[in-house]
Amino acid sequence: MINLVPRKEIPLSLTLTTTAVAVALTLIAGAAIFGVLGYDPLAALYQFFIAPVSRGYQVADLFVKACPLIIIASGLVFSYRANVWNIGAEGQMILGAMFSGYVALYWGGMPAPLLLPAMILAGVLGGLAWAMIPAILKTRFNTNEILVSLMLTYVAVLFIDWTVRGPWRDPMSFGFPLTPMYPDAGMIARVDLPGIGRLAQLHWGVLGALVLSVAAWFILRRTMVGFQVQVMGDAPRAGRFAGFSPALVTVLVLGISGGAAGLAGMVEVSANIGQLQPNISFGYGFTAIIVAFLARLNPLGVIVAGLVVALAEMGGDAAQIAMGIPKVVTGVFKGILLFMLLAGETFNRFHVEFRLPGTAARAAATAATKESGSV
Amino acid sequence: MTGSQRPDETSPGTTLLAATGICKHFGDFTANDDVGFEIEAGEIHALLGENGAGKSTFVKMVYGLLQPDSGQIIWRGEPVTIRSPQHARELGIGMVFQHFSLFQALTVAENIALALPPGESLEDLSERVRAMSAEYGIGVDPDARIHNLSVGEQQRVEIVRCLLQDPSLLIMDEPTSVLTPQETEQLFDVLRRFSKAGVAILFISHKLEEIRSLTRRATVLRRGRNVGTVESASRSSKQLAEMMVGSSVGDIDGQDAPESEPDVLFAVRGLDRPPATPFATPLRNLSFVARAGEVLGIAGIAGNGQDELMEALTGEWTGAGQNVITINGRDITRDGPSRRRQHSIGFVPEERNGHAAVPGMSLADNALLTSHSLGEVASRGVIDSDRTRQMAAEIAGAFDVRLPQENPMASALSGGNLQKFVVGREISKQPSLFIVSQPTWGVDVGAALFIRRAMLELAESGSAVVMISQDLEEIFAISHRVAVLHDGQMSEPMVTADTTAETVGLLMGGSVPLKTAGAGDAA
Repeated sequence: MINLVPRKEIPLSLTLTTTAVAVALTLIAGAAIFGVLGYDPLAALYQFFIAPVSRGYQVADLFVKACPLIIIASGLVFSYRANVWNIGAEGQMILGAMFSGYVALYWGGMPAPLLLPAMILAGVLGGLAWAMIPAILKTRFNTNEILVSLMLTYVAVLFIDWTVRGPWRDPMSFGFPLTPMYPDAGMIARVDLPGIGRLAQLHWGVLGALVLSVAAWFILRRTMVGFQVQVMGDAPRAGRFAGFSPALVTVLVLGISGGAAGLAGMVEVSANIGQLQPNISFGYGFTAIIVAFLARLNPLGVIVAGLVVALAEMGGDAAQIAMGIPKVVTGVFKGILLFMLLAGETFNRFHVEFRLPGTAARAAATAATKESGSV
Repeated sequence: MTGSQRPDETSPGTTLLAATGICKHFGDFTANDDVGFEIEAGEIHALLGENGAGKSTFVKMVYGLLQPDSGQIIWRGEPVTIRSPQHARELGIGMVFQHFSLFQALTVAENIALALPPGESLEDLSERVRAMSAEYGIGVDPDARIHNLSVGEQQRVEIVRCLLQDPSLLIMDEPTSVLTPQETEQLFDVLRRFSKAGVAILFISHKLEEIRSLTRRATVLRRGRNVGTVESASRSSKQLAEMMVGSSVGDIDGQDAPESEPDVLFAVRGLDRPPATPFATPLRNLSFVARAGEVLGIAGIAGNGQDELMEALTGEWTGAGQNVITINGRDITRDGPSRRRQHSIGFVPEERNGHAAVPGMSLADNALLTSHSLGEVASRGVIDSDRTRQMAAEIAGAFDVRLPQENPMASALSGGNLQKFVVGREISKQPSLFIVSQPTWGVDVGAALFIRRAMLELAESGSAVVMISQDLEEIFAISHRVAVLHDGQMSEPMVTADTTAETVGLLMGGSVPLKTAGAGDAA
């Protein structure tokens, strides 16, 4: 018989252990899959997790790859902590890119120092506006935010596709679905340190992402905003009793997570692409969900988790190039990882007791002998 | 099948069930530690103990819901392993739970048919229910629909359902906690008739007077151990209470009639609240006042509008209109909980876990829960965590909250300790009005006494206290005035010292129409 006994306290060491075990089991399961597919498991794992960071400049690229994941997941943490399930960060990211792109392309003539701040603001507003649709529908009509935010992602994908093929297309693009390039003032610069020079593709947005996740940690742990979010997620009735408004918190966390996703969209395009195209995200908004959970919904953990997941993404490319392993295996890895993490959560929350069916009867017999002896 | 064995094997005086050396652990927690117990055929036997003493765990093992880690159960002289409730029923053990499992939309007979083996027509079954009902004076109509029945009647349906399975032992888990004094007496009459007919009854309770009047013997559990089996009538309530808690207990004897009419501090006039869900109780034209220096008790059986009233008082629901709820003459009807707290009102709702406190958060965070709008713990939205920790420690120190470690999670405290914390959290702010629902529900005798004393001290210092409680003993011990809530309506408050439990009980049961208060004021 197996009993699950709820734990009263969850020590940090246990959380770290279950997370580490989940990652280890993911690697083992991954190795087994490679073996079954006929690849050398160790070589494949090497390509996946070591080769992408075996040179210094690659480490910088890892941070670039992790940047949008860290930004988006830092926002999603608020949403999930409040038990509000924003699954539509992908769409919010696209809208952020489009809003900031509009500023860059049509208002690009403004004074150069103002352009980037204006684009950042527009990016945040774009993601926020897209997230307000599920927020308002949920607070007004009690719709399910999971479905609404997810479905709006597909609307966003088609919206940007239509825009870059239609009204915003560069007449000089020879028919390719691309907008004109952003003005230079609308691009995020690469990090260029005196004496060291450039670090591969590393750009200032990465630094912004790290600052953002530290700020998210502070807001969540040390301010009334974060306190409201956590109380509403843990015990909504206690939240109402404390005087917090469930509707306000729902709007707030969808706003924060949507705004962060929109910011990620702006950063991604301004730092790496320089113009709008049909695909600007490659699923960062969905992958960030896994990042948020791998981080155990802790904004500081998001930095580490973002790097780990970005490594798996880069590893997918490396393994495809070096060994011909299909890139979709990365998706399998992510799926297994999320599954292992959620399974690990059970061991986090519960103490597991194993008992053999025979022990109760044996113990009863011993007790009975003791009893008769004492009489 | 068990019925045929009954005449010879269950003659009074023979041991029906004996348990020896029963142990049960949940993780580190020992719920039952070497418990021994015996009940004779036809005997009414009390199992007595505080909440958490291990009573429910023990009877769940007897009923097959849990398996003991060690120890032996002997049924009619044979050692048995009771594998499941199904098996228990086959052996002749029935149980009536505290919370009923009846389908509200079905009739009594249909509900009973669901629990019995198939094959009997509803007409035949209805006939049997009528016959049994007449034989024991239970008064259950097989054709009535459950949702039209009172709680007491629903409980009788559960009892009939058990009896049709012909048990020789009937376990009743705190059956009187939902009944009025009158309904309780009726239940006891029924139980005494069963006992005469040879059915043994294991009666779980912590109400000492009931145990003394109903049962022959009482087995007392304390912290999972059997501390003795005694003849119930040979001990005073105080002696039984001391066995339960293991030390001498004090008592509060009731409050004198107020000599004057102190100032009205807080007034509710003509509060109406439509039902939020089909199962909620609407509040209808409800009025009362709370006076400085007094405790107003609001008696009533659970489900008569207590939750709805509490939400309207805390400000979790604010739809009552204008000038319905006032403190010191100021209208707070539309203010939410934070604004109401700024008027020096403290609240403790009934449910500790997830309403008054967040189980998964530290005591410091739980202290912050009701003080964040009072301006000293959060400046510009940043939490002063040193201050909240200090607050939590002060509350724990002043209200005797025993902490397993520094600043633990709320879920790490026992029920009584957490209740002392949430009550202490409000009283330590010296509110001019304190509103509490079921202040001592499910806490041990010692903690209950502590909480009641703290509420009385607060009232003596000039604050008004409004206490919603189902516990009549508690109402009569500490309230100066008492009003009764029945079916969403409230009676005119009475001076507690001038009334009796019987009067209040009749109002609680709805058998006397309420003389509602404040009909004139409402206009």
